[in-house]
Amino acid sequence: MFYREAGQFKSSYAEDSRIFPIRQDRYGFAFIIALAFLGVPLLAYLGVVSNYTFTAILTPFLIFALATLGLNILTGYAGQLSLGTAAFMAVGAFASYNFMLRIDGMPILLAFTLGGLCAAAVGIVFGLPSLRIRGFYLAAATLATQFFIVWCLTKVGWFTNYSSSGVISAQKIQMFGYTFNSSMSKYLFVLSVVSVMALLAKNMVRTNIGRSWMAIRDMDMAAEVIGFRPMRTKLMAFAVSSFYCGVAGALFAFAYLGTVEPEGFNLDLSFRILFMVIIGGAGSILGSFLGSAFIVLTPIFLNIFLQFLETTIHLDLPSGISSSIELMVFGSLIIFFLIVEPHGLARLWQIGKEKMRLWPFPH
Amino acid sequence: MQFFFEVLIAGLLSGVMYSLVALGFVLIYKASGVFNFAQGAMVYFAALTAVGMHDMGLSLWLSVPLTMVVMVALGLVIEKIVLRPLVAQPEITLFMATIGLTFFIEGLAQAIWGANVRALNLGIEDVPLEWLLENANMAISQFDLAAAGIAAVLVAALALFFSRTKVGRALRAVADDHQAALSVGIPLQHIWGIVWSVAGFVALVAGLLWGSRNGVQFALTFVALKALPVLILGGFTSVPGAIVGGLIIGASEKLAEVFLGPYVGGGIEGWFPYVLALLFLLVRPEGLFGEKIIRRI
Amino acid sequence: MDSERKIGDVVLSFENISLSFGGVKALTNIGFDVREHEIRAIIGPNGAGKSSMLNVINGVYHPQEGEIIFRGKHRRDMNTYESAKSGIARTFQNIALFKGMSVLDNIMTGRNLKMKSNFLLDAIYWGPAQREEIEHRKKVEEIIDFLEIQHIRKTPVGRLAYGLQKRVELGRALAAEPSILLLDEPMAGMNVEEKQDMCRFILDVNDQLGTTIVLIEHDMGVVMDISDRVVVLDYGKKIADGTPDEVRANQDVIDAYLGVAH
Repeated sequence: MFYREAGQFKSSYAEDSRIFPIRQDRYGFAFIIALAFLGVPLLAYLGVVSNYTFTAILTPFLIFALATLGLNILTGYAGQLSLGTAAFMAVGAFASYNFMLRIDGMPILLAFTLGGLCAAAVGIVFGLPSLRIRGFYLAAATLATQFFIVWCLTKVGWFTNYSSSGVISAQKIQMFGYTFNSSMSKYLFVLSVVSVMALLAKNMVRTNIGRSWMAIRDMDMAAEVIGFRPMRTKLMAFAVSSFYCGVAGALFAFAYLGTVEPEGFNLDLSFRILFMVIIGGAGSILGSFLGSAFIVLTPIFLNIFLQFLETTIHLDLPSGISSSIELMVFGSLIIFFLIVEPHGLARLWQIGKEKMRLWPFPH
Repeated sequence: MQFFFEVLIAGLLSGVMYSLVALGFVLIYKASGVFNFAQGAMVYFAALTAVGMHDMGLSLWLSVPLTMVVMVALGLVIEKIVLRPLVAQPEITLFMATIGLTFFIEGLAQAIWGANVRALNLGIEDVPLEWLLENANMAISQFDLAAAGIAAVLVAALALFFSRTKVGRALRAVADDHQAALSVGIPLQHIWGIVWSVAGFVALVAGLLWGSRNGVQFALTFVALKALPVLILGGFTSVPGAIVGGLIIGASEKLAEVFLGPYVGGGIEGWFPYVLALLFLLVRPEGLFGEKIIRRI
Repeated sequence: MDSERKIGDVVLSFENISLSFGGVKALTNIGFDVREHEIRAIIGPNGAGKSSMLNVINGVYHPQEGEIIFRGKHRRDMNTYESAKSGIARTFQNIALFKGMSVLDNIMTGRNLKMKSNFLLDAIYWGPAQREEIEHRKKVEEIIDFLEIQHIRKTPVGRLAYGLQKRVELGRALAAEPSILLLDEPMAGMNVEEKQDMCRFILDVNDQLGTTIVLIEHDMGVVMDISDRVVVLDYGKKIADGTPDEVRANQDVIDAYLGVAH
């Protein structure tokens, strides 16, 4: 009743190819953007939303969403399964750190871009095997990437500026003389970067480059016959994906944690991002955000829930149990989603919209 | 030169243990086409359960068989709840489901038994075998030898099981073609139950062996990750391949760490097998013994 | 069939093509030619090597022996990318559509070689990339109109009925504006009505656009009706080559494949 397209006519191909062809979607999205850019700071100013909300929820949500976008491009759109996501994030983080450190007056955004490009270069090198290897063999090969890069960053002192503990402190984010010190300002910075990159990603997947990735994913022999070049397409996917993960890694270090070490970009993080892709929906831009939100929020809700249990029914749980339960919950959710809706939350969202179009009719 | 042999043999011995873990993967993959990423978690869970019960007072002679029962039950539950609903899905979906399973089992193990490292004493000491030390002046750990021996026996038994027995034949039939196997009367679900139970048993043995060597701790799950390069080298569907692959990986890993490691600061073991496997894949994408994938267009 | 069409010179010719996989000889000493603007059928029993022959034409398989003369140039084998660029497009026996994409997107992939945009312009979208997308969309919509699949243009291909999928695959091949179209059993699994539609499309393409068509097909009625010339394969060898009438009367062909009406 409310969500109908009746009366919305598209009189040009341009109108038909919009990101949000339905007017209600456009309004909804504009509202979310307004909320994110204006509403949240306003709520913070009024004291409704605490700093904790930013540092613990919104900022990591955005950063992980960016990394998930990267992995989604590689695994969801181009079909190349990768378990090395965290390694590319590490390259981005440490490269940006070194550019800022060693070049005076390096603008922060340029450092991030260069960091992303370094990650892209590494991505291309480690993506070369994908030309010969596929499926889980490729996944196993990406493990080589993950372990080797982290080892490299740890062993070669130059990357960590010979810090004895291996930990680096990321520099402050400064632009045009303004220092992004508060968590609110960092949130807005991250929000801007992620918004722009998400838009670029959405544009890529709906044009030729995106179609080339999906063609290689779905049927690479036929794709080759049509004239897509597998090598170029796959390496492109690795490059773009690694760029996104690299920038996410840089944001992770600069705008979230502040201090990082190579070990912090371990296999566990790679798996976490893969879970975000699976649960959010492989091959979906929206899904990347949904998946990230889900994985970031679940431990928080779980903690709240367990604390609630402890206080109300006096359930006495050993201290480390919440992380174990978290693992169990994640694991079972992955399995649940794969059984019930392998295309993740994004598909559920789509199905929901379909139902909304028909509401109040059942079909 | 002697030192080289010591390192080589130590590597080969740990390689036999890698083969054991890899076999767990091969079994399940052969019979159901599922790459069970959770094998590592199963190793961890099995070892932890056996040791946990032992620490609570049960003798090992009791806790180990009990754990076996638990593993069989776990295998049946996994088959029923995770695999059956996903039977028609592409391999990659099943693989990701086993990743989810990994996290679940790891969480379960830690929730029940806690995350502390536990020591496991199987009665064999990690000291050089005196006979060899005296006669050949080589220090080879008694424990390594015993573990390798046990693993070798198990590997041989499994290889024979697959090729000589009726159940083994049925397993191979199922691995080849589910529909065809069904049509000749092979009970698919029983077979899968059997396979997962055997994999559980393999996981238990591997867990006990590795656990007594390095302590039963979370890092045990990474041992199973090491089985991946073994599988890449040996092929995912080959029992002899898992053996040969394991030996190669075990030996090369140790040799690289000892002889190349000092030049680059050490710690090579963490990635060397993977890079080796990667290079190998570039030359032979199906592994040493794997089946060549033919795609028809 | 219709002698108004001007059949041109030989555009593609094969001499002594032999192809084997390990010990299996798929093609032995095959030689025939294809003339511009004609409809050339390849027929024969299952396993005769027809699909292999098509795969040789567009570079998926590389023959061990023999020579291919394409537009006057002699070559040992074809290359998939080059043959796509030179205007050869094809459909497949087992539909090779991109199941994750819609009908529209699938056909758009066929425009790939004609698109000049790079990924950076694609990422920015507004500007050159959007203009190019719309320009190619127009062409694709013409094909959609031609194949009468407007109502399913946004449907994911995996959800379509078999006959419609085959039509979409034809659309994707047509999107490349090929000069030579290779069709591998385009009417397999269709009912009479669908076959008539498919025939109509193929004839229209040949008639209006002058596209040369090399066609593998089992339905003899269709083959005899629409082809200009037929080549017959059996166990990887050529056993007949000529007009439909000649081939129909050939005793070897009758023995191997057609049989006799009782």
